Amino acid sequence: MSLSLADVEKVARLARLAMNDQELQAAQVQLNNIFGLIAEMQAVDTKGVEPMSHSQDLAQRLREDVVTEPNQREAFQAVAPQVEQGLYLVPQVIE
Amino acid sequence: MIHSSLTQLGAALRAKKISSVELTQSYLDRINQLNPQLNAFITLNPEMSLAQAREADTRFASGKVGALTGIPIAQKDIFCAKGWLTTCGSKMLHNFVSPYDAHVISQFNNAGAVNLGKTNMDEFAMGSSNETSHYGAVKNPWDTARVPGGSSGGTAAAVAARLCAAATGTDTGGSIRQPAALCGISGLKPTYGVVSRYGMIAFASSLDQAGPMGRNAEDLALMMNVMAGFDERDSTSLQRDKEDYTRDLNKPLTGLRIGLPKEFFAEGMGADVAKAVEAAIAEYKKLGAVIVDISLPNSKLSVPVYYVLAPAEASSNLSRFDGVRYGYRAPEYGDLADMYEKSRAQGFGAEVKRRIMIGTYVLSHGYYDAYYLQAQKIRRLIAQDFTEAYKQCDVIMGPTSPSTAFQLGEKGDDPVQMYLSDIYTIAVNLAGLPGMSIPCGFGANDMPVGLQIIGNYFDEARMLNVAHQFQLATDWHSRAPKL
Repeated sequence: MSLSLADVEKVARLARLAMNDQELQAAQVQLNNIFGLIAEMQAVDTKGVEPMSHSQDLAQRLREDVVTEPNQREAFQAVAPQVEQGLYLVPQVIE
Repeated sequence: MIHSSLTQLGAALRAKKISSVELTQSYLDRINQLNPQLNAFITLNPEMSLAQAREADTRFASGKVGALTGIPIAQKDIFCAKGWLTTCGSKMLHNFVSPYDAHVISQFNNAGAVNLGKTNMDEFAMGSSNETSHYGAVKNPWDTARVPGGSSGGTAAAVAARLCAAATGTDTGGSIRQPAALCGISGLKPTYGVVSRYGMIAFASSLDQAGPMGRNAEDLALMMNVMAGFDERDSTSLQRDKEDYTRDLNKPLTGLRIGLPKEFFAEGMGADVAKAVEAAIAEYKKLGAVIVDISLPNSKLSVPVYYVLAPAEASSNLSRFDGVRYGYRAPEYGDLADMYEKSRAQGFGAEVKRRIMIGTYVLSHGYYDAYYLQAQKIRRLIAQDFTEAYKQCDVIMGPTSPSTAFQLGEKGDDPVQMYLSDIYTIAVNLAGLPGMSIPCGFGANDMPVGLQIIGNYFDEARMLNVAHQFQLATDWHSRAPKL
């Protein structure tokens, strides 16, 4: 299988990456090369094999439902691109 | 002094032959002299480093000191360090002064070590040559026309060039071991879950693991004593008793069973690399080890599996960079979606965008089972190969990288060629096993060759022993580039 230019455009949109036509075309060639490498995987018989996400197969650790983080709003907002009165500013989203 | 190991530096500091301020200043001077040609550091902050050194010197006066107190250690720029610019090699974080410390940074701070500076790296740790850094490529100190490897290339170059005695790295698919091999130093990727990932900027969370890089195995053991341990802020951190990683360094290797996977000694490995690795195996036989032929039949699938799993996890992890709470925001934009798309398009480099797109595609509707789930199943098959192998051997050895350091720009236009340079290291991350690289000779163009040592789960102390005994019998690890 190979990705069409429309597929690549859709992926770029889903990934929130602005790309012009030239960039999309370059990405199409490179992604298809990479999927050529990945294709080797498809032929492997994995019937009955459990997927593995952690080598120790641990259950998620639980903790008490208590406050553990101190309030550091000012420190965190000091590195934000645009803030005002303690709020993060973004373009208007509600008319 | 610049060729001293951590053990020697620690002894000199405790004997008051040198102060931490003097030691830190001498490394800063050397960095100022040599970094312009190597580009191993992204950020230096002499004021903060020297303040920590002064504090360490007062600790020596009070007597509350550990093995690393007062020793300058460089930190890969993937670790958040409070008050330090932390870029992860990306324009996206060009202005991010971290408001908090990563667990690894806190551990070094608590040990009284000095943060010497932040080392250069491939952008978001995605690369095997350090050429994807927004801050320029790092040069290999053995030949500045060649790459240092990646992604921990700044760390590897800094240690090799004696700009620091030791430094940290992270390894998702080989990013500690491959640059260690290409720069002729020692590096250890611990078992997944042994070192906390808290405050380490995430690439592929189920594979990322931090580890030490330094002059020799003994130094790595001292660093592991500081870095390893349970941390409840990392949900995959393992609850285990504290270990002394130096405990087995001096054990003899008599009867050690070394497994050689036939797949690692097949076509693909350069003749010069093969020669050095085979000479190292011969040295191990002299030290009393026995050789066992083993097979890792599914290891050939590790590159394709990795290039599904790692980009999938990366596409999710990197969705947090949206130009709202921290990092780069495009100067001009229309609505909110446009702001996201432009900020990300301008803030990320080409390789990062490529991997985000692969990941977004394999996780998208209709493809999840065929790619992500299939890759996770093969991941188990790869891990089971190792479990079978360890029934017959104690450690596995082979090359770290198929070739010595390649030329800058040599693999620039072909991502697939670059991906294949991690062919021997990736399976270890997929299985979650510990892996090491130590210098074992020189290949074509007098560039260093690395020997990879793969251990069973939690067998770091034995691997360090195996590496240390080799380093007592050989001197490859003490060779330094002429600069």
